[in-house]
Amino acid sequence: MAEEVTMNPYLPYPAVIDAVTVESEDGNLKTFRLVLESRQDREKWNHTPGQFAMLSIAGKGEIPIGIASSPTEKGGLLFTVNRAGVVTTALHKMNVGDPIGVRGPLGNGFPVDTDLRAKNIVIIAGGFAFTTLRATLIYMLEHRQEYGRITVIYGARTPGMLLYKEELRAWQERDDLDVHITVDREAPGWDGLVGFVPTIAGQVCPSPDNSAALICGPPIMIKFTMPPLVKAGWTDSQVYLSLENRMKCGIGICGHCNVGPVYVCKDGPVFTREEVQKLPVEF
Amino acid sequence: MKPLVVEKAQAGSWLRKLCQEFDVFGPVETKKGFYNWKRLDGTIVPHIPQGVAKVSIKTFFFPQPEVMFEFDARPTDPEAFRPIEPHCDFNPRVLFGVRPCDARSVALNAMPYREDPYFQRKRKETTIVAFLCEEGCLTCFCTLTGGSPVGIEGADMAVTELETGFFLEPVTEKGLRLLDYEFFRKPTAQEKSIAQERKKGAQKSVEDTASKLRSKDLMDLYNAHFWAAVAESCINCGACTFLCPTCYCFDIQDEALRGKGRRIRYWDSCMFPLFTQHASGHNPRGEKLKRVRNRFMHKLKYFPDRFGPISCVGCGRCVRDCPVNIDIRQVMEGLMEV
Ligand SMILES: Cc1cc2nc3c(=O)[nH]c(=O)nc-3n(C[C@H](O)[C@H](O)[C@H](O)COP(=O)(O)OP(=O)(O)OC[C@H]3O[C@@H](n4cnc5c(N)ncnc54)[C@H](O)[C@@H]3O)c2cc1C
Ligand code: SF4
Ligand code: SF4
Ligand code: FES
Repeated sequence: MAEEVTMNPYLPYPAVIDAVTVESEDGNLKTFRLVLESRQDREKWNHTPGQFAMLSIAGKGEIPIGIASSPTEKGGLLFTVNRAGVVTTALHKMNVGDPIGVRGPLGNGFPVDTDLRAKNIVIIAGGFAFTTLRATLIYMLEHRQEYGRITVIYGARTPGMLLYKEELRAWQERDDLDVHITVDREAPGWDGLVGFVPTIAGQVCPSPDNSAALICGPPIMIKFTMPPLVKAGWTDSQVYLSLENRMKCGIGICGHCNVGPVYVCKDGPVFTREEVQKLPVEF
Repeated sequence: MKPLVVEKAQAGSWLRKLCQEFDVFGPVETKKGFYNWKRLDGTIVPHIPQGVAKVSIKTFFFPQPEVMFEFDARPTDPEAFRPIEPHCDFNPRVLFGVRPCDARSVALNAMPYREDPYFQRKRKETTIVAFLCEEGCLTCFCTLTGGSPVGIEGADMAVTELETGFFLEPVTEKGLRLLDYEFFRKPTAQEKSIAQERKKGAQKSVEDTASKLRSKDLMDLYNAHFWAAVAESCINCGACTFLCPTCYCFDIQDEALRGKGRRIRYWDSCMFPLFTQHASGHNPRGEKLKRVRNRFMHKLKYFPDRFGPISCVGCGRCVRDCPVNIDIRQVMEGLMEV
């Protein structure tokens, strides 16, 4: 019986909420640190930046959330969650010590150990989609010598909506990292960049030579970020995107998340823009 | 595996024996001309009608609803989310009188469900006794989909009805197991040749629809000019997806009452707008045209590209029961011409 249980891909690992951080000024973004209860599960867990997990709240349901921590970080798994509907609202009401289920890691993740190795990396993020890119960045900083130049362009509506503020400050101090943080409009106390992510991307515009760009954000941001990159000589095969669709099973069976022939949950969520361009626009 | 024959006079005894050991289900006429799957008790040998029963045998593989596991839902209980797998709540089953199209649907569904423990367990515990067809009915078209009226894909035993008996050919070990009794005799040379001839005489697959569609460009099919015309009259009732033996999408929900809960799954339909709606309100298939197109593209292009065959066995249920007469054969034809 015990064997069958571990083979059932629908059964979540029991976990507990270990820490909760309010990330945004409006309180709608919180980061949860989850610890798997069984040591066996903890030891088995191994994810790639860009992968996601299904978070289970008994009686409420299950939702796909990107893993915001790097596999190199110890002490728990991080998930930054935007309060949106039934399950995310229930999660926002939970506290340290509350039980939760985790199923995963799921999906493919960014090719950090293969195609991205030895490349110059440009990370472009808008809003709370920064989460899995944070995981990716931390991973790359842990293996700094494996990558070339690393540039980060990250924007939010207001300074108060920026995620991981302390880490952002620390990254800006580093000289092996080129960090550009921007907010949409002037704000009191903000002396950093002002402007939309696509505009800043156009200004910074890193060279495409031996480079890869990882872009996460609202569809509109991705749309307007492409022209300046294309103008600078970037091609679709150098650009990695993380797609999002409604999900239920997370393992390519239930049919909810398909974009044409691909399942975002199983074949993605990470695709090159070249791959995405060949698909129907159903995401 | 060697075929055997059971005389019709003996078939009742055989079925009674089976009913003692298995849960046996067969198509039973519940209203005039209306057949549905019912548990048999061994008192009758069901007459297996021409064509398929109203409801497909997917009900046996995807129960409505299916309990995935149970849990303790009290938020402060440290035992919550120690998920408890439900007991395998059924005896080994025999489905008696399945038509080859429905049997084949199980083999096709097994492709995406390869790693699904619930489906696989049910498949392991279910023996499919398929009655080969002598002639097709008006609305079915298995030969257009890669199947055959005498096909044995997905079946554990194939049955050819003779004048005075049934010619039984086990296909799998599970099928062979059903012949573990005294009611049978070896077929005569004449019976063997009748069964052979029946198969030879059956309609052959007319053309390889799947390989033709696989060779077409995905976006050419997606952008075909006729989708708007096909979708126009659809009322998004979802009947086609629920009746279809190879429509297998599901939704997952939690139910909790007085501190106890369970996670269940049940049939969902890509014909419904909520199927793809994000929490933000954004809907990638918000328009009816996109949903209708997805159903057909999944069956006729996405599935074959991934697994080989098309995800339709030609049972004709969707054609027969669509309130606005949308016909997958016309869509197939249209796509072949793109
Ligand atoms: C790969 C992936 C990674 C994600 N990462 C994050 C993240 O890091 N942080 C974050 O805040 N959000 C993330 N999301 C979005 C998040 O899953 C949805 O906001 C969430 O499912 C909404 O659930 P709900 O019950 O609160 O909303 P409701 O509207 O009540 O949704 C009901 C159900 O629909 C499904 N659903 C609805 N919207 C979505 C959606 N956009 N994506 C997937 N399923 C959906 C869920 O199963 C949900 O339980 C991610 C989505 C995907 C697909
Ligand atoms: S699509 Fe229609 S004809 Fe084909 S298997 Fe499904 S119900 Fe039968
Ligand atoms: S049965 Fe006909 S009307 Fe109903 S959803 Fe299917 S195609 Fe549309
Ligand atoms: S979420 Fe079920 S197929 Fe992707």
